[in-house]
Formats: sequence, C-alpha cells, structure tokens
Amino acid sequence: MSDAKDWPLWEVFIRGKGGLSHRHAGSIHAADAKMAIEHARDTYTRRMEGVSLWVVPSAQITASDPADSGPLFEPAEDKIYRHPTFYSIPDHIKHI
Amino acid sequence: MAKASTLFTYALRLGDDSLIIGQRLSEWCGHAPTIEVDLSLANVALDQIGQATHFLALAGAIEGKGRDADALAFKRDVLDFTNCLLVEQPNGDFAQTIARQFLFSHYQALLFGELAQSKDERFAAIAAKAAKEVAYHANLASDWVVRLGDGTDESRTRMDQGLQWMWRFVDELFVMDEVDAAAQKAGVGVDKAALRAAWDQRIDGVLNDATLARPASRRPALGGRKGHHSEHLGHVLSEMQFLQRAYPGAVW
Repeated sequence: MSDAKDWPLWEVFIRGKGGLSHRHAGSIHAADAKMAIEHARDTYTRRMEGVSLWVVPSAQITASDPADSGPLFEPAEDKIYRHPTFYSIPDHIKHI
Repeated sequence: MAKASTLFTYALRLGDDSLIIGQRLSEWCGHAPTIEVDLSLANVALDQIGQATHFLALAGAIEGKGRDADALAFKRDVLDFTNCLLVEQPNGDFAQTIARQFLFSHYQALLFGELAQSKDERFAAIAAKAAKEVAYHANLASDWVVRLGDGTDESRTRMDQGLQWMWRFVDELFVMDEVDAAAQKAGVGVDKAALRAAWDQRIDGVLNDATLARPASRRPALGGRKGHHSEHLGHVLSEMQFLQRAYPGAVW
C-alpha cells in the first residue's frame, strides 16, 4: 500500500488500571478517531492490558529536537537536590 | 422440564452458529485490508470460537455420551451440523463479510441478552459472558456498514451487494421450530420470533445512517437447523476438520 492511500497514524495510550497514568503503547492506522479507538482496542488490549484508551493523531504531537538535547536536558544533571531522595516513602504508597 | 434431547439440540445450534462464523472469519487471517482490520476480524473470530467451545461442551455434557466440544466440532459430518445458513455463507469481499457480521451480530446481541435470563444457569452463564463480546461485534460491524455505505461509489456498491447476498438468510434466524418452542416453554430458551422487531429497528437505524436501502424481501432460505445446508458448509468443514480427519486424536 502506498503512503498516499494509508490511513493516518495515531498514537495509542493505555491506562493499565485505575489510578495509573495513561502510557504510550504504540501506534495504529485509522481513518478517524472512532476507528482509531477500535483499532487500538483490537491491537493493544487483547491481553487485558487496559481500562482506558487515548488516541492522538501522530501529526499533532510535537517532539523535542534531538539536536537540542544538550541545552534541554543536561542542565538538570547537577540539580540532585530536586530528587525526592531525602524523604522516606511509606511502604503503602505504590505509585509515585 | 425440557427433555435432554431438546436441550442438547438447543446447545448444539448455538455452538454451531458460533463455530462456523468463527471459522469463516478466521479465513481472513493474514488477508484483511490492513493489519489493524486483520486483528479486528481475528478477535471477533476468537470470541466466536470461545462461545462455540462453551456451547458445544455443554451440549456434550447434556448428551452424556462422552463427546466433548472437539468431538462435536471435528467429528460430525455436514448433515449433522445445525448452524443457520447465514453463518456458512462465503466471505466474498470485505463488505460481504461485514454484511454477514452486521446481520448476525445484532441477532446474537438480542439473543444472548435474553438467554442470559435463562432458568438454566449453564446457558445463562455462557450468554452473559458472550453478550458483552457480541455487543462489540455489533458496534464494529455497524460502524463499517456506515463507513462503506456512506463512503465512495465503489464501497457503497459493494456494501449494498453484500447485504443483497446475505438478506435471504435473515428470516431463518427468527424461526421457532419444535425444539425452540420446547426450550422456551421450559424457561431455558428464547422466543426468537419476538426478537425480530427489535432487530429490524437496529438494522434500519444503521442502514439509515449508511444511506443504504433495506434489501427487498425475498423467498427465505431455510433448513440449516435440520442439516439442510448450502454447498458452502462442506468446504468449510473440509478445511476446519482436516487435521482431526488426517491425524485422529492429534493434540498439541
């Protein structure tokens, strides 16, 4: 199938269970949002992976430029005081 | 209290319907228009084969002669199959497959909704689980009917032709013969004839959204419940049963 005839690409996000965030699972092709949900369901939740789905047109996602990764991310490297490692986390807090 | 032979046949019919449409849909595996649609059809097929496994196992247990679901699926010949004629019809193109699924899944959705209220908790339990599956199948198929019907000239023509092909097999779904009547009287089975009005309403609603006309009524094709099948079922079975015929008792 040529690119011109392909359905648009959508990114799929799945919430594994209540309380967790949606996480990126992969991508699917679909003609519109309704079909995208169906295809995401049929492709990525066949093994009880989720309780909620988000689909987003891939073209709507703006990514950071890998060439900018130095200025974007390296300044955080020496800010160790931003990590919450000086606190003890109670055992019953599962997702933080 | 219904006779065991009545309940055996009743379970067998439900199992055969699901088994044969599951096998038909499986023929698409690896051949669908896109990989996503391939997965959609395979998921529906697996749901149907799961239902068939439950209903045929129940039929075998009611019969009490030691036949399990596999024995009933793979070791009966064509005249002993009791599925409706609709499910054995050829896949044709994608639209024809969708037409078959659309008509059948809405029937199953109504049927299992009622069967889940059966006095016989074995039937009720299978139906309650299957009702959620077929509700999704009905939505999926309806969605495609609208997309194809209200799509391009070509997709519209194909969707229309698919419905024309399948329409003569609709009436059989709602026939109440002596087995159905006895099962219903015992509080086990469903009054299928009473489902027709709700089915018509569902189908007409989707066809309206799809800007498609309801096919004209034709002389209905009947006989599947008695083993009088179209020439297509033998070919379905020859592929489905090949392994157990060639290597009896093979397991993996």
